[in-house]
Amino acid sequence: MSALIEFRDVCKHYKMGGETIAAADHISMGIQKGEFVAIVGQSGSGKSTCMNIIGCLDVPSSGTYLLDGRDVGQMDKNELAEIRNELLGFIFQQYNLLPKLTLLENVEVPMMYAGIPMAERHERARVALELVGLGGKLRHRPSQLSGGQQQRVSVARALVGEPAVILADEPTGALDSHTSREVLNLLQQLHRAGNTVVLITHDNSIAVQAQRIIRLEDGHVVYDGDAHGPEAVVTPKAAGMGGTA
Amino acid sequence: MSIHETFTLSLKNIWSSKTRTFLTMLGIIIGVTAVIVIVGLGNGMRNYMADSFSSLGTDTLTVQIMGRGSSRSVSVKDMYAIAEENPALLEAVSPTVSMMGTVKAGTEALDATSVSGVSEEYFSMSGYEIAQGRSLQYMDIQNRRSVCTVGSYLAANYYGGDAVGKTVRIGGNQLTIIGVMAQEAGEMEEGGTDDCVYLPYSTAARLSKMGTVNSYIFTLVDEEQAAAAKELVENSLYGVFHDSNAYMVVSMSEMLDTMTGMINVVITILAVIAGISLLVGGIGIMNIMLVSVTERTKEIGIRKALGAKEGSILRQFVMEAATTSGLGGILGILLGYVLSSAATVVITALMDTALTVSPSMGAVLLAFGISAAIGITFGYLPAKKAARLNPIDALRYD
Repeated sequence: MSALIEFRDVCKHYKMGGETIAAADHISMGIQKGEFVAIVGQSGSGKSTCMNIIGCLDVPSSGTYLLDGRDVGQMDKNELAEIRNELLGFIFQQYNLLPKLTLLENVEVPMMYAGIPMAERHERARVALELVGLGGKLRHRPSQLSGGQQQRVSVARALVGEPAVILADEPTGALDSHTSREVLNLLQQLHRAGNTVVLITHDNSIAVQAQRIIRLEDGHVVYDGDAHGPEAVVTPKAAGMGGTA
Repeated sequence: MSIHETFTLSLKNIWSSKTRTFLTMLGIIIGVTAVIVIVGLGNGMRNYMADSFSSLGTDTLTVQIMGRGSSRSVSVKDMYAIAEENPALLEAVSPTVSMMGTVKAGTEALDATSVSGVSEEYFSMSGYEIAQGRSLQYMDIQNRRSVCTVGSYLAANYYGGDAVGKTVRIGGNQLTIIGVMAQEAGEMEEGGTDDCVYLPYSTAARLSKMGTVNSYIFTLVDEEQAAAAKELVENSLYGVFHDSNAYMVVSMSEMLDTMTGMINVVITILAVIAGISLLVGGIGIMNIMLVSVTERTKEIGIRKALGAKEGSILRQFVMEAATTSGLGGILGILLGYVLSSAATVVITALMDTALTVSPSMGAVLLAFGISAAIGITFGYLPAKKAARLNPIDALRYD
């Protein structure tokens, strides 16, 4: 069985003041359907680049990225938009809800671009909001909610289109520890329900909530294995360049 | 995303920034209003012109004989002959002699009253009817009798409605009133159609000491043939004088056409100038849309991340610009109608003439079409900018 997400020698270069920086340097990895993976790294490790590529917001400079067997690197902007809509559900650190829309309308946005009829959209958005415990606030605006509640709306928005991958970028970065736990529980719940969840974070204590950890440093994978393995959460240098890199 | 949904979304966005949208629309509103009022004013002027000319008779030719020394001239008989020889174009002819001199009814001087010497046929040619007494007759003209008919205004105001048999003095000559004409205009007023005296042209020529008759009026069989009739009369007169400066033939319908043409040119120029404010309004829309795109960069990033294609974003912003200018157009049309009605009232009150400012449906549709087109045109550039935003950069934007 081929992986749902497959990186083959993926590189991403940026030009910065005449200097070329490799944000991703020959990264190869695979994530199977139904996994809960945390991609961990300090800032500058290349995890944001990875997240952009996995999320089809960006394409690799070289190498191949296959999402559900499709080569994303060969796609144009509109095909990328289509594949984001169809296969990916995003959860952002800053929630990124649209402030002028109600919760229901916010959750409907991805389905609107998918061309799903209005009645079906309403119904599915309502069910998704009920699932995250906000069934009573369908007509509220994001600004009327707490941070944790807003993040739950964004979880509802991510899962409503039944995507192949739920991609969470620092989902707890703006939350206190209590609400962080709630959101992580929600992600674990989604995972248990059979969803593939990819969590991007710099925080080891968050990362260990996943099944598997992929640790990045300077654009390289320095650890890829069980979240509860002995080398998963230590910095590789302190562990004497451990891991599988 | 359907057009209907895009439109609903635009309305929502427009509604959420009402003040700004209204100010943006103002240029379009003013432009459309100006175009509509100006075109309405033009229509009013054209109608007013046509009305005044038709009361003079657009189915007539007036001929002025200047003569050429004393060697050649045309007589009244010659002019009658021209009419009789061309029954296909010309219906009838009457000399018209305008008279100067004070008109006096009893001791009261009438300054505005028009006095004309005409033939007995003039009344049927002009469609005038006699209400009391009788009309001028052939014998009155033959014998240069000192008789006249007066308009209803004169009869009502200076003779207590009983003018037949009384006298009127023109430049010291006393004329007996033999008939009162039926009221012609809707309202009788000083200097109007009903403030008049008609006497035999022969008498008028005698009294004015000119001796000769210098102007004539022809009625036409068909108003559409005015140009042909004019040419015919001119050719006949050229045959007599061999000099085109010796006479002048004026066709009322031709004059009306000329005047209408002039009004059209003036109105078109004014409307184009007013239209410039539509252009300025369009630039205002473009400006505010550019600001809006910058402000909503994050929103655009989110929408793109969630699967919006470039086309969807482009449509959304173009639709917003078009809706803004379209709404401005509708408001401008409403305001234009309100101002047109107001202008009608004001002009009627100030200038004592019934000029109706009536915007034409064509102008309204054109103004709306142009304003919507301006929205689409000027909204396109900012929309393109929005559509092209890189989702990663847009998401990171604060």
